[in-house]
Amino acid sequence: MSYEIVIGIETHAQLSTVSKIFSGASTAFGAAPNTQASAVDIALPGVLPVPNRGAVDRAIRFGLAVGGTINRRSVFARKNYFYPDLPKGYQISQYEIPVVQGGSVTIATGAGERQVRLTRAHLEEDAGKSLHEGLPRELGEVTGIDLNRAGTPLLEIVSEPDMRSAEEAVAYAKALHSLVTWIGICDGDMQEGNFRCDANVSVRRAGEPLGTRCEIKNLNSFRFLAQAIDYEARRQVELIEDGGRVVQQTRLYDPDRNETRPMRSKEDAQDYRYFPDPDLPPLTIDDAWIERARAALPELPAAMRARLVAQHGISDYDAAQLTASRELVDYYDAVSKALPATHAASHKIVANFVLGEFAAARNRDAIPVRASPVPPEELAELLRRITDGTLSRKMAKDVFDEMWSEGRNVSVQLTGVEMTALSGTVDAIIGRRGLRQTSDPGAIETLAGQVIAANPAIVAEFRAGKEKAFNALVGQVMKASQGKADPAQVNAILRRMLSLLSS
Amino acid sequence: MTAAPHQGAYHAATIGELARALRGREISSVELAQQALTRIGESQAALNAFITVDAESALIEARRADAVLARGDAGPLTGIPIAHKDVLMTAGLRTTCASRMLEHFVAPYDAHVVARLRDAGTVLVGKTNMDEFAMGSSSETSHFGPVRNPWSAACVPGGSSGGSAAAVAAGLLAATTGTDTGGSIRQPAALTGVCGLKPTYGVCSRYGLVAFASSLDTPGPFARTAEDCALLLNAMAGHDERDCTSIDRPREDYLRVLRAPATARPLAGVRIGLPREYFADGLERDVAGAVDAALAELRALGATTVDIDLPMVRHAVAVYYVIAPAEASSNLSRFDGVRYGHRAAQYADLTDMYCRTRAEGFGAEVKRRILVGTYVLSHGYYDAYYLKAQQVRRLIARDFLRAFGECDVIAGPTAPTCAFRIGAKADDPVQMYLNDIFTIAANLTGMPAISIPCAFTHDGLPIGLQLQGNHFDEARLLDVAHRFQQATDWHRRTPAGFVA
Repeated sequence: MSYEIVIGIETHAQLSTVSKIFSGASTAFGAAPNTQASAVDIALPGVLPVPNRGAVDRAIRFGLAVGGTINRRSVFARKNYFYPDLPKGYQISQYEIPVVQGGSVTIATGAGERQVRLTRAHLEEDAGKSLHEGLPRELGEVTGIDLNRAGTPLLEIVSEPDMRSAEEAVAYAKALHSLVTWIGICDGDMQEGNFRCDANVSVRRAGEPLGTRCEIKNLNSFRFLAQAIDYEARRQVELIEDGGRVVQQTRLYDPDRNETRPMRSKEDAQDYRYFPDPDLPPLTIDDAWIERARAALPELPAAMRARLVAQHGISDYDAAQLTASRELVDYYDAVSKALPATHAASHKIVANFVLGEFAAARNRDAIPVRASPVPPEELAELLRRITDGTLSRKMAKDVFDEMWSEGRNVSVQLTGVEMTALSGTVDAIIGRRGLRQTSDPGAIETLAGQVIAANPAIVAEFRAGKEKAFNALVGQVMKASQGKADPAQVNAILRRMLSLLSS
Repeated sequence: MTAAPHQGAYHAATIGELARALRGREISSVELAQQALTRIGESQAALNAFITVDAESALIEARRADAVLARGDAGPLTGIPIAHKDVLMTAGLRTTCASRMLEHFVAPYDAHVVARLRDAGTVLVGKTNMDEFAMGSSSETSHFGPVRNPWSAACVPGGSSGGSAAAVAAGLLAATTGTDTGGSIRQPAALTGVCGLKPTYGVCSRYGLVAFASSLDTPGPFARTAEDCALLLNAMAGHDERDCTSIDRPREDYLRVLRAPATARPLAGVRIGLPREYFADGLERDVAGAVDAALAELRALGATTVDIDLPMVRHAVAVYYVIAPAEASSNLSRFDGVRYGHRAAQYADLTDMYCRTRAEGFGAEVKRRILVGTYVLSHGYYDAYYLKAQQVRRLIARDFLRAFGECDVIAGPTAPTCAFRIGAKADDPVQMYLNDIFTIAANLTGMPAISIPCAFTHDGLPIGLQLQGNHFDEARLLDVAHRFQQATDWHRRTPAGFVA
């Protein structure tokens, strides 16, 4: 009997505001404990929350981007519970009426594209952190509290249980991640906890109603999300197969052991005693605010993808790859703009290089696009040397590698200084390494003649019909040219000369 | 009659009289502060009106005020000694909320109203005693012991702002502040024979007021006269961006109407509504008689009276004792022993730390309200209690809005009885809660109300008249009260033993 996995995902996206959701304290990551906690954040007696318009603005942007409804009136509520890193003894969240309702996210898997529906997205504040390690030894066995994160704005995005596999769940999480970073509402750094997913997982036999779900927490990478879902689904199926039944509970994923462990069950679920926060009047959003947010929204990935295919003539696959992240497509765009469109295929060349050599180097050195040691203007200069025939793609790769490592050295020396194009770098490297493609037919003919004369056995094999032998000859000519010859040109010249020989 | 008329001494003077004396160099701000500090010290054993007194800082502020006076830059409140209810944050000066929980808490900032009164030049002499976390109607639940009524040491001064009311009544100060969540300014004003104003919710910022019930809490002034209340409100009122429930509206001079010259019938055209519900059986005879006499006086001044109905107001106490504890249960969660305030010395684990800290830090009445509030917000009870209470709250507001179509001011007794004996209702929460039966509605509707002294009982205890107005109608309330006080001298009486 086969089972179907049903997954819904709750995501906490930290909104990229400079200050907190209800206070003026900074949200910057990594400050010394409790140095970014104001009187409001540490909940001194008598202080009051004031909503951050920037956080609301980002929630509106999200609602528009997913095609959801922006509630003209939403309500902040208190979620009451005691915990040392929750200074007020309640979290300000939205409960009955969230700022965004509905909407959907498009996901792409091996099976194609489909929509995942969203239930809602609501604003809330983050809690602080309990520190169990790294405290001064003289304090003895204590738990420290760091309230820097307390009051950081979050948008909790809740999906419908629309996903049916770990692959779909990851595709959803990636699509959502791409979207929130694309529209500039979240930095998306999963290591810093900027984008956190919890998965609600249940299993059922085909055609049966939804099974009992478990909520899996601590999924701070896409890989862990997939592994945790697979483990949890297997656990639930085995439980049912053994005659047991799934108990609704919250479970913690342990990446070291690749398993989920129970945190708390529904029976000991707390009663949060939600009620509207009397310190905060209902959040009202008028049409003008929504229109301002709409106007500030960038072109969304799907629209841009279609435009790249139509206007730049690149493949749908490449367009999808480029629009997977805003900074990547921005980089592509900057290179394209800096490259004079003299060459019919210039966009294609840019796309190939950005998705090929550039991506490979970034992956190898784990460098994000924004920190690229090769600025787009320089890459454009390099690619111009392909379009004007100076370099082969192979040569361009060598020059790029050198630019990359040189740029890295420079950026190490200039830490924190914005990279700017070092003019003439490309040509300097080409000159220094003598990497200029030889397009002089006479020079290639001379080399080809030398190769033919020096390799009678291979020439004989070719004349006996062995095509492989031809490639060997091309290789020899390329080698003799020290890689500077255009392979296509070598190809043509060799064929012409060999045919002359045989006739 | 133990009351003696005003003899011209500064301790019985109004703010206006003190300001004139300061400007005329009859007395300096330092001398005024010293007199206040001396009288507070002498009265403390009998009244227990103060929790904290800061003589040193008061004299520094007074010297600064004298310098301003000497420069001729003085405003109407420059150099006037003042005390704040100990639920309002004062930078550098202990703020306890009359609770063991905050016994040693020193705030790093001023409440908005405290800052505004500081900016206006008042001289802060100390913090007044009150019911713990402002929960009570008798000022008996204070961790620092009960406040006593200057008119009878055996009686309560009302509450929760009992210390602020007693301080004015005993002539310790001409100005104090309080907070009013269900009558906590007006009821003690009535029971001690002074004026107490609860402004419209949102007129005075709640920033720095330690929250009891956020949707009801309202800071306001105590003084001897309505005119002084207007003077204090001029300084206290104003928009504050740190409080989202603070209302952004043009500044209003609450003294303007009061300055109109007195005429024979200054209240001509004013319609005073008399809710049938406020004059029902059960009103103490002296109280009923006093209010009738005050109404006769108001009619003599030109006002007309009209009977009105407020059918839903009978639910006000019940609604209040759902909403206020609900909000309180959440507001007081921050007192957990983690970051500041009391923390139990011994505990086994985190939960034990919470339990012991809060068991030790809070008194019985605070615990009672946290329990009630937690209950009414609980899953399965929320709709039946909290939601229903909010619905009825709106119906009560609708009654008042309709009534203010028929009248300009609603009058009645402030409290159903005069001051009662200390301990008399301490073991009967419901009897205690019924003290607020006439005052609670103004908090539920957010409307302004004032209590002014209007008579004394046969054994010499003050009785208060409450005047309620529509939203933002403080000026009219103050004007009616002022005209009444121009024609009467109840507000000029002072308790024996406190008049030198």
